[in-house]
Amino acid sequence: MINPPAWFRRLRRLVLLLLTVFTLTPVAVMLSSSLKPLQDVQGPWRWVPSHLTLRPYLDIWTTVPLARYFTNSLIVAGSATGLSVLIAVLAGYAVSRYRFRGRRLFTVTVLSTQMFPGILFLLPLFLLFVNIGNFTGLALYGSRGGLILTYLTFSLPFSIWMLVGYFDSIPRDLDEAAAVDGCGPLRTLAQIVVPAAIPGIVAVAVYAFMTAWGEVLFASVMTNDQTRTLAVGLQGYATQTDVYWNQVMAASLVVSLPVVAGFLLLQRYLVAGLTAGAVK
Amino acid sequence: MAQLRRTRGRAALPYLLLLPALAAELLIHLVPMVVGIVMSFKQLTQFFIRDWSTAPWSGTANYRMAVDFHAPVGQALLNSFWVTCAFTVLSVGLSWLVGSTAAIMMQDAFRGRALLRAAFLLPYALPVFAAVITWSFMFQRDTGLINHVLHDQLHLVKQKPFWLIGDNSFTALLTVSVWRSWPFAFLTLTAGLQNIPRELYEAAAMDGAGVWQQIRRITLPSLRPVNQVLVLVLFLWTFNDFNTPFVLFGKAAPKAADLISIHIYQSSFVTWNFGSGSAMSVLLLLFLLLVTAVYLFATNRRRGADD
Repeated sequence: MINPPAWFRRLRRLVLLLLTVFTLTPVAVMLSSSLKPLQDVQGPWRWVPSHLTLRPYLDIWTTVPLARYFTNSLIVAGSATGLSVLIAVLAGYAVSRYRFRGRRLFTVTVLSTQMFPGILFLLPLFLLFVNIGNFTGLALYGSRGGLILTYLTFSLPFSIWMLVGYFDSIPRDLDEAAAVDGCGPLRTLAQIVVPAAIPGIVAVAVYAFMTAWGEVLFASVMTNDQTRTLAVGLQGYATQTDVYWNQVMAASLVVSLPVVAGFLLLQRYLVAGLTAGAVK
Repeated sequence: MAQLRRTRGRAALPYLLLLPALAAELLIHLVPMVVGIVMSFKQLTQFFIRDWSTAPWSGTANYRMAVDFHAPVGQALLNSFWVTCAFTVLSVGLSWLVGSTAAIMMQDAFRGRALLRAAFLLPYALPVFAAVITWSFMFQRDTGLINHVLHDQLHLVKQKPFWLIGDNSFTALLTVSVWRSWPFAFLTLTAGLQNIPRELYEAAAMDGAGVWQQIRRITLPSLRPVNQVLVLVLFLWTFNDFNTPFVLFGKAAPKAADLISIHIYQSSFVTWNFGSGSAMSVLLLLFLLLVTAVYLFATNRRRGADD
């Protein structure tokens, strides 16, 4: 827009202010409650703690086995992200650079899995994992491996779709120059295409990590005491008769930090990745 | 000969590159889907979990039970379907509206824009369970922030209402859902706005176009392809959303906010009837396929008419 008039700027200020309040209130609640003593969160709401305390941040590690949940989440989300990005780069490169029979079918099939309600394959997958375990002794059900395998496919369709768009935006002349220099397709991918597509790849990795870190449905069915992730672990608080809301808020803040920090650092890439990949 | 092998190797290469993706999709999405369809024709209770293939066939009994709207099971499913439809339409509509408003208002640079953008993306970045647990604390009747503001500070209500049980639960769920979804609309549309050449606005301003005209004649038409994808993605995510109600209400949602995914979860894992749960899932998938097909057909035709 060119030279917005004064009324528009006033309206903009008002709308953006309201949106900021709406958006940030839960974050403020999280922060302020996590610094409150227990009697403050068990009585009527107060905006400011009666006195500041860091106790909740110490207690969360002993009330629930938060460190174990944290480790599990890191292993599961980290592995799922790594594998998902690797697989999506290979597939995205194939779809972007080659014309082959079944190319369209592949894209349509993979994308349409996005539409499946998670609940549709939760039940069969649960039973399949149990069955595979019974027949082969391979512990997929209840293990981190099963969860990693599941999560890596969740981000795959979107990742492939975005990377195809991103790879398409990288000039083919670069590939051809590499080919003239004697590079095979895989070396071209690793040395020319991947470095040029770093923003897209980072965006996809952030998306994959966030998807895995926040997933609740499969984590609640497919894990046991030892492999429980944060998503399920935090719910353990709610089942106690007296909810220690200050601890719940402290724990929520702590488990949010890695993703939020990563996201804010990399959001520039995410917008760039979306611009080149998904939006075009 | 070497030449021939080389070209054949080339032809196989794309398939090799796709192999890992195909294998993963097959194992986690496609095979379970087929199994799910088979399961929906079986009488699958907790006695057959160790080996589901031995469960007796039940023909279309699960489906007939799901769509028998005079019996309790069908009635509950129908209720949950309408709740989900209303919830999805409202949530997608509001998220889109708020997201586009914010994106359009923040298209031009102003002081503090980068900071504000980062703040707006927070609900998208926060893990679902952490964010929704915070909302459930805010919605607590006696200790929550919402009732404190409505009752103690603004005196808008005489008695503190319950938010997480009863009819208000729909409003609570909708609020949390819009809070979580609008940043995605904002992010996508922000990316879409960056593709609009600045010259278009300059030319329009030169011709005397005001704010509304610039938005109506340049911004909205340029965003149409982005919006078509965005609305579809938001629709599918919202309709299938499990995380938000599950963290907000637990395993059994109140009737007014009984979204279909929670409902199916409840009837499969809490009452242990997998056959019936599968039949409901298949019906849900058919519905989503139908809506998506109609939507894609309608938007493509409109695009065709524009060209």
